Amino acid sequence: MGSRASTLLREEEIEEIKKETGFSHSQITRLYSRFTSLDKGENGTLSREDFQRIPELAINPLGDRIINAFFPEGEDQVNFRGFMRTLAHFRPIEDNEKNKNSSASEPLNSRTNKLLFAFRLYDLDRDDKISRDELLQVLRMMVGVNISDEQLGSIADRTIQEADTNGDNSISFNEFIKVPPVDGEQDY
Amino acid sequence: LLPLLLSVIRMLCVAGAVFQVWVFVVLFLIMLPAMFGLSLGVTGVYIQVLVKILEWATVRIQRGRMEQPSVPVPLPNGIIERAGGSMEEEIGELRNSFALSDAFYFYKKGLESIVDDQVTQRFSSEELASWNLLTRTNQNFRYISLRLTIIWVLGVFVRYCILFPLRITLAIIGLSWLVIGTTLVGFLPENSVKTWLSELVHLTCYRICARGLSATIRYYNKENKPQKGGICVANHTTPIDVVILANDGCYAMVGQIHGGLMGVIQRSMVRSCPHVWFERSEMKDRHAVTSRLRAHVAAKTKLPILIFPEGTCINNTSVMMFKKGSFEIGGTIYPVAIKYDPRFGDAFWNSGKYNMVSYLLRMMTSWAIVVNVWYLPPMTLQDGEDAAHFASRVKSAIAHQGGLLDLDWDGGLKRGKVKDSFKEEQQKMYSSIIVGQNGISSCSQSTKVE
Repeated sequence: MGSRASTLLREEEIEEIKKETGFSHSQITRLYSRFTSLDKGENGTLSREDFQRIPELAINPLGDRIINAFFPEGEDQVNFRGFMRTLAHFRPIEDNEKNKNSSASEPLNSRTNKLLFAFRLYDLDRDDKISRDELLQVLRMMVGVNISDEQLGSIADRTIQEADTNGDNSISFNEFIKVPPVDGEQDY
Repeated sequence: LLPLLLSVIRMLCVAGAVFQVWVFVVLFLIMLPAMFGLSLGVTGVYIQVLVKILEWATVRIQRGRMEQPSVPVPLPNGIIERAGGSMEEEIGELRNSFALSDAFYFYKKGLESIVDDQVTQRFSSEELASWNLLTRTNQNFRYISLRLTIIWVLGVFVRYCILFPLRITLAIIGLSWLVIGTTLVGFLPENSVKTWLSELVHLTCYRICARGLSATIRYYNKENKPQKGGICVANHTTPIDVVILANDGCYAMVGQIHGGLMGVIQRSMVRSCPHVWFERSEMKDRHAVTSRLRAHVAAKTKLPILIFPEGTCINNTSVMMFKKGSFEIGGTIYPVAIKYDPRFGDAFWNSGKYNMVSYLLRMMTSWAIVVNVWYLPPMTLQDGEDAAHFASRVKSAIAHQGGLLDLDWDGGLKRGKVKDSFKEEQQKMYSSIIVGQNGISSCSQSTKVE
């Protein structure tokens, strides 16, 4: 674990990840330690089974969706760069970044990007709209077998009705972000 | 030619003298005192010296850390600061409605667990707050000062060239004495002399083995020591737990019969004293196991049974779920809490990573094993309590005494998957929040949950 971790990750790589994601040097080595401890096959990449081995994630109703977010389209393995890129969305915004000029390209962990990430949890087919079916799918994952189809359907209909402002019977990203603010952030 | 011969003879004389000193040291300074339970205090002095050195090293490393800020600091409480409450607190009690933001709770919890979870970390060695000058625990401690490196080199020499041969000798003597002694005692007819001799043999050997690991054991609350006809339960970190506990009393061991050296030891042990060994096929049959143990306990004159209800080795930072089987046998439970001091050596056996032999070698080349053992007051099943709840109660008492985290997760998760019922519990809880208790219906034709 420990000393193996820091020797396998080269300094140049750490610098590149730092630039891309904004994590500090020590945060990156910490997370690399975590990455290697999850990588049971020791081949430098994580598969879906590696994530499923985390019990707290395996019992999470949306666990599969969250795991999917780490894997790029159609792939079964994620390397450390990809792992960090996804986690970068959740790096808390440092004080010194809040005053930065917004003309610079938006950092990965801006509020908008965080919400976009959450939006994509619902919007599986990436057509930038949450359809009734997509909403129903996520609802079903969260409630399991405890609520009937009819009841779930009416919950979905009501939610779309409340959020939909342009009448296309689905929720676009702009309608989504008008949802009341919530703690989606976490600290490292 | 003659000078060559002379020098060879001189070397042999020196070797002979060294050997004599060796035998003297081992026999009179270690073995005999061990047999009588006495201590010459050498280990105590050794530990004190070690503590001073490690404290100095800690200060030195902290100073070095301030000079090189890129070195990561160990975080004993985990990588992330979790700011969150239970599902009710976050989503809101009994709202009777769904909001799009509800998913955020699940995905936040999910991401937190990907970065740092409470379970998988228990199956690998604990990270130390400061380096203890062993190569194996060197995590990101780069070159800090010359003096530190010199002490480390000295440490390697002392541990591998002086302590290790001594410990191996003791371990071999201890185990051979166990096999020979118990076989000899086994020839005697069943009477009180046999029992007394058998206890003496067992105690002596475990004491020699403990010396073989430079173990310093502190027993607290000896008035609560397990009595005959009872069941002793303890948290499990390593197979050495058995040696630690057996240094202070005789127990009937429970376990599977192995082949090889282990099997030889087991078979000879059972000749002198009624241990409970099972064949591999018998272990699968829970009823057979329980009834045999029940018979042992009911006899009230037999030695207390020693059981580790976690079922597997955990890294001594927490206590995981106790399997309720041991608590269904009946009889009085004597809980024992065992806590190792990680500064002197990592006692945890990571059976996935190291086999038994390499584990023992690692143990014998550590500084020492310093362990605290607390005997807790006996507990029995209360009226109306079921075995699972009783197990949980005992587990909490042990965790509280040993300063360990009390977890409900199953140690079996080291190798197996978590049960689906836990996920279903989460789903049920969420459902009751958004539709209230009355709204929940169990669908007989449920849509497939992803």
